[in-house]
Amino acid sequence: MSVQFDQKIHETLSNANLQLAVYTATGRLKDKRIETVAASVLPDYQELRTQANALKKHTLDNLDYYLEQFERNVEAHGGKVVFCKDGTEVADFVLSLAKQKQAHLIVKSKSMTTEELDLNERLEHHQLEAVETDLGEYIMQLAHQRPYHIVAPALHLTRFDVAEVFTRKLGVPEETVIEKQTMIARAKLREKFLAADIGISGANFLVADSGAVVLVENEGNARLTTSAPRIHIAVAGIEKTIPRAQDLATFLKLLGRSGTGQPLTVYTSFLSGPRREGEIDGPEEFYVALVDNGRTKLLADREKRQSLYCIRCGACLNTCPVYRKIGGHAFPWVYSGPIGAIITPQFMGTMHEPALPFASSLCGACAEVCPVKIDIPKVLLELRSEVKKTETREKLNRWEKLGFQIFAWLMRHPRLYEMAGKMASAVAPSDNGGWIRTAPGLMDLAPPMRAWLSQRDLPPPPAKSFRQMWRER
Amino acid sequence: MSRDHVLHRVRTALGRGVGQEPPPAPPARIRIPEVEMEARVAGLLAGVAALAGKTHRAATPEDARQYVAEAIAGKTAVASNAPYLAECGIASLPGVRTGVTGKDELRELCATCDVGITSADYGLADTGTLVMLSSPREARMVSLLPPMHIAVLPRERILTGLDELFSLLPHPAEQTSSMVLITGPSRTADIEQILVRGVHGPGQITIVVVG
Repeated sequence: MSVQFDQKIHETLSNANLQLAVYTATGRLKDKRIETVAASVLPDYQELRTQANALKKHTLDNLDYYLEQFERNVEAHGGKVVFCKDGTEVADFVLSLAKQKQAHLIVKSKSMTTEELDLNERLEHHQLEAVETDLGEYIMQLAHQRPYHIVAPALHLTRFDVAEVFTRKLGVPEETVIEKQTMIARAKLREKFLAADIGISGANFLVADSGAVVLVENEGNARLTTSAPRIHIAVAGIEKTIPRAQDLATFLKLLGRSGTGQPLTVYTSFLSGPRREGEIDGPEEFYVALVDNGRTKLLADREKRQSLYCIRCGACLNTCPVYRKIGGHAFPWVYSGPIGAIITPQFMGTMHEPALPFASSLCGACAEVCPVKIDIPKVLLELRSEVKKTETREKLNRWEKLGFQIFAWLMRHPRLYEMAGKMASAVAPSDNGGWIRTAPGLMDLAPPMRAWLSQRDLPPPPAKSFRQMWRER
Repeated sequence: MSRDHVLHRVRTALGRGVGQEPPPAPPARIRIPEVEMEARVAGLLAGVAALAGKTHRAATPEDARQYVAEAIAGKTAVASNAPYLAECGIASLPGVRTGVTGKDELRELCATCDVGITSADYGLADTGTLVMLSSPREARMVSLLPPMHIAVLPRERILTGLDELFSLLPHPAEQTSSMVLITGPSRTADIEQILVRGVHGPGQITIVVVG
């Protein structure tokens, strides 16, 4: 485990306010999801999940075909598709377009993909202002933090934190009433929308048979981003593709419910190309940047390919006992929670944070709520095995290996095993319940042992071992 | 740029050849329930009301006109070019600007008016949703920029839900560059999960069903 991961986990665990905020917010989202997928209101929920899984599997198994179909249809409607290897290529594309069109201001609606690519930083580096317009993302941008949660980026902040950020960054008088804070953001961002030259959005779905980008949101900022500026650029991972517009009848029923417990979010936009002849408003130019950035690496693995089915609803975060304790910022990359634990090692390499796939109790709650049925625990196990193989290859786990060799040897020698058991119970402290941790000297042990014992303990050894009871029966 | 590079990597990862046809996709899942018109109207109105939207059932176009006239009294309003609004006499109500076809002019107007009045291509009964297709008759900004949105539609346009919508419109892109589904007023809960309406889009929405 990296020092940083360990440190961030402990920071969250020792912050009582944060613990309460994360636990309450995720709990609320979790309950709302349960209400809206209940059999009494959505009897075909399980069938929809099965269908969504089958559609994602089919599309990813034949992705090149659907990407080309998507590209053809975008172009048929007057838009343009740009394939990008990575964040540098996306930034280069946006920068050169901005230069060519003499654009100075960019408004952005929420996109995890652009977070992943550090697009804002790359653009700022070239003096191009890119303003986040989702309220949570706007706060995060002002506070210079990355999103805490896929769906609720500022989930960990209180109104007082927001007041401080607004005063410091926007120069407004301190305001702690949430409605008024929201209206401050509305006014500031409305100016930006009307002045912006380019709007950059993400995409929830790319519809191959229509060449359409589908965006799901509640605030209206994605609608403004994609229709007020004269240029719209959607930046999306190649895995967002679905075959047909009709498949939205499946996916839309699952996404809002799983994410925020809404049968449908307030706005769903189905956008294909720039405004048509006769249409009064809408962008004059429409681009879709299709991003690889490591996705083809995941595609190559048949078993782990399913990690790309994710529709970023965040349900696995809300239900995860680990996420709910350690929070979003402890995770080593932009994607947090169970889905982050399986995609981060695959994008960044297993040794980027080797402890990540192990930071799970494998309880399976994530797989149970996943609307596209990703078997997250199974992928975690695969990743664990990869980490261990790498550690063995690079001889990083010699002590662990030695420990298990001794254990295995002991298990093969019943008499020795029994003796060891007796010795252990003899030295175990007999007072205060006999928990191992209180044994003198144990907490002075080497750091891995101490780390283990600082969070858990072994119960006191029983008065009689099982072998003893068996003999005396 | 990297088109061929990315597509090549995808094909290599999947073990597929250039131009190789995929096996048939799983059939689209479309299930349209049978719902009586009256139940559809009730469903749409209840759905909108549950999201703190206002609703009105107008017996006649004249009734709708009167209701809208009262709702916008003392306010500035812009109406879309939807023929149905003209038919109901709503576009010609005093104080309502309509017939704008210039992009900049319309945007300026929508950014300053109190109320945007539109019709809707469809309503979805099971979620309380309006379906708006961008066209010369319906601009995007009218339902987006003003703080209040009023939509007037005849009851025949109310569908059961998403499945019926996508069976009627299997290819929305053939008709419009933008189809937007609107379900209730604009909202956010990004600060402390406290619900606030009207963050970027209209904070008030009113649906008038005629007939």
